[in-house]
Amino acid sequence: MDTVAALLALSGAAMILVACIGLLRLPDLYTRMHACTKPATLGVSLIVAAVAIHVGELGITARAVLIVLFFLLTAPVAAHRLTHAAYRAGVPRCPSTVRDDLDDPDLLL
Amino acid sequence: MIPFAGNLVLAGVWAAALGEFSLTNLVAGFGLGFAILAIAPQQSSERYSRKVLRSVEFAAFFIGQLVIASFRVTADIVTPAQRARPGIVAVPLDAETDIEITMLANVISLTPGSISLDVSADRRTLFVHVMFLDDVATCRREIKDGFERRILELLR
Repeated sequence: MDTVAALLALSGAAMILVACIGLLRLPDLYTRMHACTKPATLGVSLIVAAVAIHVGELGITARAVLIVLFFLLTAPVAAHRLTHAAYRAGVPRCPSTVRDDLDDPDLLL
Repeated sequence: MIPFAGNLVLAGVWAAALGEFSLTNLVAGFGLGFAILAIAPQQSSERYSRKVLRSVEFAAFFIGQLVIASFRVTADIVTPAQRARPGIVAVPLDAETDIEITMLANVISLTPGSISLDVSADRRTLFVHVMFLDDVATCRREIKDGFERRILELLR
């Protein structure tokens, strides 16, 4: 069980490391949001799961489940609001962007 | 929701009967309660058991997508070459109510490689920022057939 917990914690940490590298390497705000929202959520979930398995108590497991649930509820909302605000503020897209169906001022809310 | 609450109560009763509120007992109690509700001769319980199976199926599908897409984003981040072909795609919506659109937008945002950016004022179109846009038709089909269809099945 400790091996499983260690593996989960390690892969969670690796996920967060990748998210950080992505934050530095990707070309624009929008692609960076891809890197830092989801791998970070997955990474934190894996680490919390590792803690739950390591401790193995009902109270801790219940709280771990709640933490992951709230992360899954709030992370996409934050990502959506940030990218939406950035787009409306006119943050430029990187040159490799291939398509923009939203490039029409009438479409914005 | 009410059958689910009943199922939770049955799990609690089972753990109480065994005298120990451990995780194993609660999970076993939930499984037994689910089996009882599934064979109980009520119309609503049949719908309930199907919904639970659909939820489990959806969770499995979602986790699968999460892992596949995570590896794709990870590969692009850690390899020297940048293969990202970002784009913003308009996806026509079949989802109508607030909860359906919110759920779809959230699930899309949680899947690596796509973030929901905006919903049109008439709520018929969802704008999604995609990191690897190879073919617009494929991208739309993946979202509509993969996520939207399953979410609507789950919620309707």
